[in-house]
Order: sequence, then structure tokens, then C-alpha cells
Amino acid sequence: MAIVQAREIGFRYTGEWVLKDISFEIEKGEFWGIIGPNASGKTTLLKIIDRILVPQEGSVWINGINIREMKRDALARLVAVVPQEAPLIFPFCVEEIVLMGRAPHLGKLRFEGKKDHEITRRSMEMTDTLSFAHRNIGELSGGERQRVLIARALAQEPHIILLDEPTAFLDIKHQVNFFNLVKTLNREEGLTVISVTHDINLASLYCDRIILLDRGSIHCMGTPSEVIRESNIREVYGTDVIVDRNPQAGLPRVTLVAANPSDRGSRLKAGAAPQLLQFGDTKKERINTTPTDEI
Amino acid sequence: MKNFLNLPAFLSRIIKINLLLATVLLAVAFVSLLVGTARIEIIGGLKGLLYGWHKGFTGLTPAEKTIIFSIRLPRIIFAGIVGAALSTAGVVFQALLRNPLADPYILGISGGSAVGAIIGIVIGAGFLPFSIPALALLGAVLTVSLVFAIGRTNPNTLLLAGVIVNAFFSAIIMFLISMSTSAELHNITFWLMGDLSLAASGEIIMTGIFLIIGFAVIYLEARPLNLIVTGEETAMQLGVNVERTKIWLFLAASLITGLAVSFSGIIGFVGLIIPHIMRMLCGSDHRLLLPASFLFGASFLIVADTIARTIIPHTELPVGVITAICGAPYFIYLLRRRTY
Repeated sequence: MAIVQAREIGFRYTGEWVLKDISFEIEKGEFWGIIGPNASGKTTLLKIIDRILVPQEGSVWINGINIREMKRDALARLVAVVPQEAPLIFPFCVEEIVLMGRAPHLGKLRFEGKKDHEITRRSMEMTDTLSFAHRNIGELSGGERQRVLIARALAQEPHIILLDEPTAFLDIKHQVNFFNLVKTLNREEGLTVISVTHDINLASLYCDRIILLDRGSIHCMGTPSEVIRESNIREVYGTDVIVDRNPQAGLPRVTLVAANPSDRGSRLKAGAAPQLLQFGDTKKERINTTPTDEI
Repeated sequence: MKNFLNLPAFLSRIIKINLLLATVLLAVAFVSLLVGTARIEIIGGLKGLLYGWHKGFTGLTPAEKTIIFSIRLPRIIFAGIVGAALSTAGVVFQALLRNPLADPYILGISGGSAVGAIIGIVIGAGFLPFSIPALALLGAVLTVSLVFAIGRTNPNTLLLAGVIVNAFFSAIIMFLISMSTSAELHNITFWLMGDLSLAASGEIIMTGIFLIIGFAVIYLEARPLNLIVTGEETAMQLGVNVERTKIWLFLAASLITGLAVSFSGIIGFVGLIIPHIMRMLCGSDHRLLLPASFLFGASFLIVADTIARTIIPHTELPVGVITAICGAPYFIYLLRRRTY
């Protein structure tokens, strides 16, 4: 049986539907990626899986139970979230933050026991955060802080881990380190992973399955090779890309295309920023901004 | 790394620190009992405290007995209760609003309570039991909702909202008191700067009982409060029923603020200074921070009140003068430091 099932989810805040008719099934131990343009509903979908938001239509089932029927702490024992960043106003040390992951197992009043400390310690070892266990979380770098947040999620001993653009503020080294760690946990501990990401290439490298969202609907889903195609990307993102193979892993690789001839034509028609469209300028722009969005 | 694995360590840390702070509180209270226009000797005071209840005890003159038991002791107990209440409320508001500069006074919650209490007195509701504190609670809850609705997006907006609400409530208080001829209504200084000498013993007991109830409700939510401080969504993801927890905490903190204000007037900055000092000394874990702030807040207000009644011979200052003189510069210091 699938560990996570989404059944015909529809969600809106007040006006238009942010998500409509979303259905998928995730098997235990799989690594899923959710990609899509801004405002396509990626983060909303993640929040629905963790019942931060409740959909008006459809439902999410985890281990065959509708999450609406679960108590908050029961859900927190199944699902952990690694947020983009932690807004930390009050001084907590790293160890205290990671210990908070034990909260769903402890209830309101019970103090953390030996077992909780062992689990906390192990999560910190796995994420390489033990060496700064007693430092204030506010003093850490972005990459260190992100590892602390995974350590906290691991201390929850979840079956499913949700990542909300976890590498948005990290440099490429830390992005790769982060995803390597999650992949290891996914392979070795059988952790089911669902990650929202802007980075199509990272998703291609690490995910077993990818959902491509387009304005609240699933455009397509499947393996990276099935989803990451020039036609799909063009239809959803409205921009031309070149998809070839990553020379190392053989998986799809996306290269962005800056200001190609057809694009320039459409901009001319729109009459936007004419001085930018003179030949020399455009050329310079192309040289400067051709991104090599590869890892 | 030494204490890493044995957690009862944290429990024993809570107990140790709080025993220490309780000792400080008793010492402060005792010294305060001896100090004043009429000086009382240490030995006599100690004996008086221990045996003074007996009619046969002759170690103190009748005048000294009256000073200790009828004047200073109730006032010290009340100062402790109010200090503990305001500090606890400060901890809770800072955590719920995730703003280390929040405080019942700065956010206008004390002002709202005072307006509620004054309206109760003006309309003559005082003969109904609990009506004045209930109206003070109502004033506090409405103010919290208002300030929070205005300033939830941005910490600075929150403080500005508090400033405006405070100015508004001060005006309302002055207006109501100027219009009223009620003999029960204390003067404007009482309401705006606080006075711990006017509470009747029944009021002191009532405030104490509700403080204990309110604190118990708050302490049950100490761990959820730790999680809420790191973000409401995070708290939900870690299993906290955030909406319900917040309602209980807002109500309990408003209740103890409202009660304290009903009988002591508006005493500022206690709820700002104490939680901040305690957080520096003990860390941010509310299971320790709450009782530590409770005890230290009690000691602080007893000291402040002792200074207020002794610093100028034969004159009593409102205790709010002392707390504001300490608190306002501290607030500016925190505001400029930007890390807490």
C-alpha cells in the first residue's frame, strides 16, 4: 500500500483554486520531487500533506488513514518537515533545537529521557552537527543551520520527510551535501522523501519520481526522464531550454537559453525596453547571463 | 558535553535555579520588612515574624507589630504577587508574539486592563464579586486582539501599535477619572504609575489565587511554548495544537495582567526587564524561564517598591516611577542591540 496518497485534492484560500484535482500515490522509500514555476502551488501542496492547510476538496491519506482523522502529535510522529529557514528570534542552542524534534513523542509534560537524548545524539551525528551542539543557532552559517533543521526532523523519527526548498539559501557545495545526506537517509533508513524545489537539475539527479505542477494542476509526473523534457518545460515555464544528458549520471540536464532569436522577436512586438533590444546590447546580455545551471 | 546524556539534569537545573531564586526572594522580602521610616532590628524582626502572631509575644512594640503585619507584610506580599504576575505575562506575550520587546505595559495591555477596571468602578459594578477583575480581563483580551491585529506582520509595527493604544488608553483613563465622582476610584497617579499600598487583603488573596491558577495553566504549556517560539508552523509540524494552545495562553496571561492592574494600577517594564534578564541567565527553555521569571519578578518588584517608599524620607513615590526609570533605558538598550 502506498504510504502517501493524495486523492483529488482541491484547495483555495479565498478566490481561485490554488490546487485542483491533484492525485498521486507515493510508495514507501521513494524520493519524490515537486517542481513547477512560481505560484504553481508547490509549497501549498506540501502544507496540505502536513495538514498545515486543509483542502476544501479531496484528502490526503498516510498509511491508509485520512490525516484529518489524526491528532497533531500522531501526524508529527509520521511526517517531519525541513523548512527553508528557521526564523529564530530567541536564543536556543543547537542541542535544544534538535531535542524539540522529540516533542511529538513526549507529550506536554514529560522530560526528555535517555532514549530521547540518544536519538538526538544520533541525528546530530548523522548530520554532522554534534561539534557545535552547544552553540547558539543564531551564530551558525546557513548550511550549518540547515543541517540542524534536518537533525531536528530526524529526531522526530518520521516515516516521511518533507523538504520545502531546503537549499534555496545554500551555495552549490552545501546544496549537493544536503541532497547527498537526504539521499543516504532515503536509501539506508528507508525514509520517504518529498521535496519541493526550484532546481530542476537537482530534482533530476536525486528524485525517483517528479511531479511537474502547472498553475495548480499536475502537468505530468513520472521518472526524471519522463518529466524533464524540453516540451514539458516549455509548456509549463513558458521558456525555451535545452535538455540533454548529465555526463556523469546520464539523467536529464536542463540548460537555460538566454534571449534566443524567437524570444527577441516576441519582445520586439511587445515593444518593451527598446534600447535593450539593439543588437550589440542583446549580445552582451547573452554573454553575461548565460547561466550554467549545472551541478 | 559533560551533561549531554543525563537529562534529569535539566529537571535538577530547574529545581536548583528556582530554589536559589526562592531564597533570594525570601531574603529580599525580609530585608524589605525591616526597612522604612520606622526601622526594625534584624533580630526583633525575625522573632516577630516567627512568634509575632501570639498575643503573649513582647519582643516588638505594638506599633512595630502593626507596621510589620498590617502595613509592610501585606504590601510586600502584594508586590511579590504583582511582580510575578507581570513577569510571567511578559514571558508569555514575548513568546506568543515572537517579539522580545513585548511587555504588558508597552503593548498597552495593562492600559486596557485599567480602562476595564475603571469602567467597572464608574458604573458601580464593584459590589458584584469578581466583576472588576473580569472587566479588567476583558479590557486586556480586547487590547491583545487589537494590538495583535494591527501589528502581527512586523515587530516594529507591533510596538508602534502598543504606543498608540497606550496613549489612547491614558487619555481615556484621565477622562473617566476626571468625570467620575466615585469615592472608590483612586487618583490618576494610582492608575498611571501604580501603587502597591492600597490593595485590601481580600484583593491580595484573590490576586494570589488567580496568579497560581494562571501560572499553572501557563506552565502546562511550557513545552508547546518552546516550539511556538520557533514559529507557529514549525510548532504544528512538531505536534502542537497551536490555535488551542495560543488561546489558553493569551487568556491566562491576560487574566493575571488584568488582576494585577485592577488592584495595583499600571506598573511598567517589569514584564520586559525580568524575562530578558532571565533568558540571558537561564536560556530560552520556558520550563525553566517561566518559574525563574516568576520568582525573580517578585523579588524585583519588592525591591522597587521598597526603594519607592524609602528613597525620599517621609514621601512615597509611585512604584511605577522606579520601574520606569530602570526599564525605559533598558528598553532603548535592547532596541539598539537588535539581538536578544
